[in-house]
Order: sequence, then structure tokens, then C-alpha cells
Amino acid sequence: MSGLSRAYEARGSTVELASLEGVSFSFDGDPILEDVHLRIERGEFVALVGPNGSGKSTLLRILLGLLPVEGAVRLLGQPPDELRDRWRVGYVPQRPMLAGDQVASVEEVVAAGRLARRGWWRRFRREDREAIGHALESVGLLPLRHRRVSHLSIGQQQRVFIARAFASEPDLLVLDEPISGVDAESQRRFRASLLHTIEDHETGVLLVSHELGAVADDLDRVVVLKGRVLFDGPPQELMARGVSLGVHPEDLPFWLEELR
Amino acid sequence: MTLPWPFEREYMQLALAAGLVVGVCGPLIGAFLVQKRMSLMGDGLGHLAFAGVAGAILLGVWPLWGALLFTVVGALAVEALRARGKTSGDLALAIAFYVGIASGVVMLGLAGSLNATVFTYLFGQILTVTGREVAVVAGLGGIIVVAFALSRRALFAIVGDEEWARVAGLPVGALNALLAVLTAIIVVAAMRVVGLLLVAALMVLPVAGGQLLARSFGGTLLWSSAIGGASVIAGLVAARTLGLAPSGTIVLFAAGIFLIAALVSALRRRLGGPADAEPPALRLGEPMAGGDDA
Repeated sequence: MSGLSRAYEARGSTVELASLEGVSFSFDGDPILEDVHLRIERGEFVALVGPNGSGKSTLLRILLGLLPVEGAVRLLGQPPDELRDRWRVGYVPQRPMLAGDQVASVEEVVAAGRLARRGWWRRFRREDREAIGHALESVGLLPLRHRRVSHLSIGQQQRVFIARAFASEPDLLVLDEPISGVDAESQRRFRASLLHTIEDHETGVLLVSHELGAVADDLDRVVVLKGRVLFDGPPQELMARGVSLGVHPEDLPFWLEELR
Repeated sequence: MTLPWPFEREYMQLALAAGLVVGVCGPLIGAFLVQKRMSLMGDGLGHLAFAGVAGAILLGVWPLWGALLFTVVGALAVEALRARGKTSGDLALAIAFYVGIASGVVMLGLAGSLNATVFTYLFGQILTVTGREVAVVAGLGGIIVVAFALSRRALFAIVGDEEWARVAGLPVGALNALLAVLTAIIVVAAMRVVGLLLVAALMVLPVAGGQLLARSFGGTLLWSSAIGGASVIAGLVAARTLGLAPSGTIVLFAAGIFLIAALVSALRRRLGGPADAEPPALRLGEPMAGGDDA
């Protein structure tokens, strides 16, 4: 638990943002997840890692309420499909979908992240515009806000969708493979903006990724998944077991061996 | 009201009023359908409206009401089918298309009206619209403008990425249903202006042109509405002076403006133009880097 969340608990507020307890899931008779436990608290920075087919995306979909399961899943204290203030969860999909020919400016896409919080039919107020501007600024896209999204580089496009998630000022941020294939400058900006939101808003962050290079030193916990949870603890402990976190997808089999 | 030639006569003024409502409002809804890759939605619903017209004639009701009822119900049914994923949007539209036309023909046959009346609905008859029809078209246009003003940002979000919108807490089902109903309304409003067979053209062609000229979704909407309105005015002027069929002329103008926009956009790209006119680095609908997962 980070210092922040400990302080929060001392004030008697709930610190748990998301939890899975004993969740199992199979598809067509093949078990994909077995007895998975996971807990994310306020102000915590957690990485979920595992090889292809380890069930990371399935776990994420269950957590977000896109895939209903038997078992105890709580998102901000509610079963995910009953959660009403959904804007409290910021989500960056693995493959942000914007129809290939959709004409949209950076600012328009980021502003969409604020709609559910304000009420989609309501006019934006000053605090909404400020939050949108702040989100753009935190990913370094303020100068490009009037540009067409489809004319940006891959790294810049990823940052647009991260800013969209920031725009609702969420309590929990869930990012699915946000830095794969992204240039160093975008990775640096990404890290800075994440640390900023964790520190300033006590946002809990669940980062699903192959490569942790850019943020490996900042993590509170690493969860290694391969159908079940192989490891859940601070990165130092993982490194003490001889596992390097500056991993590339091709390294994964090696360090999974270490955890057996 | 005194307007300059060629709109000095009352029938031309009524035509202009009805045409402008449809020309300006059609692309506002069409823009969402284009981005949702359901450009042909208006076509399918146009065929359902035909069944509504036929049913109304058979029952002795004003055809516009029959069309409105059939199209709205049909639009909601098509959307429900699409949302449940039981059938693709494409197939759902095809079913609506054929059932609508077939039942329309059967009902008109029963009513003994399978004659020239049919043409006024299939191909439009903007020069004979009555004051009462213009009032209804204006009312429908008003509904569209109000609903559009309230929901455009949310509709933009759901057509961009439905799954993200659901996670973010937007009422995706209700918004999709709203879009379907608005499509039905504009189809009925456009029925007498360009006819049911060309309804979708006025919703889609101006957007195709507008997209090429704009850098943002808001800009696309402005350009598309302007192109839609301009096509109606130009089409009516040409129809009056050259004695052409107005519905077809309006649509041909919209297609012509699209061609010009395509040329302008290609030229801008070739000349280097602003950074925004550079070819896209990545099409966002395609996979980003990183492997898939279970």
C-alpha cells in the first residue's frame, strides 16, 4: 500500500477501488482464468503483466463489467454492471477505435471523456473546459488540440486516448497496453502524466502491459498473470528473485520460468 | 412574401422552404450514419416509408403520418437487431428494404393506387408541396435540430467507439435508438423533396464532401449542412430554368460538389498544403501495435 492510501485509510474512507476474489472464467470449456484474486487501492500504481493468451484482457473486461462472471467482482464498491458513476473509471482501450475515416480533432475526442461526468445532454461549464485543457496539457497535446487525430503519429494518437480518460478526472485509471510501439518521447510524457495524476488526485492505476521499461521504478505492485496469479507484490521482490522488469515480450517466457 | 426570381412564385417558395429544411438537417444526421458505416440506413428506411405511405393510402389516412409511423417503428426494430448482434447492420437493412417495398406494392395494389401517385413518393415532387406539408416538414426539422443540439457530442462519442462509450458510462443503447428515430424523421421529411429512392443521397453525399474539407467533426457538420443547403438552392434554380426534374437535379448538384471537394482536397495534398492535409500516418480503425490477448 502506498503512503497516500495509508493516509486515506487513516481518515476512515474506503481505499479499495477494485477487487476480484476467486474469479474463474472459461470459454468453450477452456479455462482462461482460475481463482484470480486482485485488489487495487486509491493512489496505487499496479502493473498487470503476462504473456499473450495469459488472460490479461479477459480479466480487464471482467473488471470493467463488459464480461459478466460468477464470483466476487467489485468496481468502486459495486458489482461492475451496477456501477452508476462510470466516469469514475477512466479507460484506455488496447486498440482505440476511431472509425478509419472519422474526421475528429484532438480536442473533440478528449472532450468526449468529460460527457458522462457532466451529463451528455448538458452544456460544458468552465470546470469541464478546464479539465479538458488540463488533460490535453498533461499529455503534451495542448498545442495540437485542433489537429485531426488521424494525422498524428501513433504515439501522439495514444496520448489522445489517454487524455480522454484523464478528462473525467477518474478515481481509477485502467490502461490496456498503452505504450507498446510508442516512441520514447511519448513514453516519457506518458510516465510523467501518470505519476502526476497518482500524486495529485490519488488516482489508482492499473496498467496492463508487455513492457514496463518506462515505469518499472514507479510501480507499487506487479501482478504476473498466466491463467492464475503467479506473483503479486512489489517490483523489488520480483527483482530479488532474479526477474528483470525492463522486459520485452520475448523475455517473458524466461522470467515466467523463474516464478514457477 | 417577395423573393427574387426564380423564387417569386408561391410554389417555388414552398419548395425552397421544404428543401432547405431537408438539405440542412439531412447531413446533420447523415454525418453520424457515415461514421458508423451505416450510410445505407436512410435507404432501407426509405423503403419502409414506402410501405407506410401505401398503408396510409389503403386506410385513407394522410400518407405522411403512415410513413412516419412505419419508419420510426422500423428504425427502432433495425437498431434492436443490430445492437443484439443477431444479424449485421447490413443484413438488417436489407431485410427492411425488401419487406418495405414488397408490402408497399401489395398494399397499393389492394388500394387500386398502383399508378402515377407512386412516383411522387419514390422520386419526390417538391414543386407541388402544400403549405400543410411544409409546416410538417418544418416541424420535423425543428425536432431534429433540438435533438441534435442536445445529443451531438454524445452521438459523436458512441459512433467513434461504442465499447469505450459503454465503459465511460454513456447510455449507448438509448443514444443508438435516438439516432435511429432521428434518421426515420429526416427520411419522412425528405420524402416529398427528393423522393424515397434518393432520400439517403441528401444525407450522405454532402457529408462525403464535407469530410474532405474539414479537420474536425464540428467542421464536417458545418460544411455538410452548407453543401446540403447549397445543393437544394442550385437544384431548384436549375430545375426552374432548364425544366429539369428537381429531385434528381438537387442530388446531382450534391454529387458535383463532392467531386469538387475531392479535387480540392487532392490538390491541397499535392501542393503540400497545411500539415493537416498530409496523408494519415495511421488509420485508427486498424490494429495498433501490440499483440492480442485472450
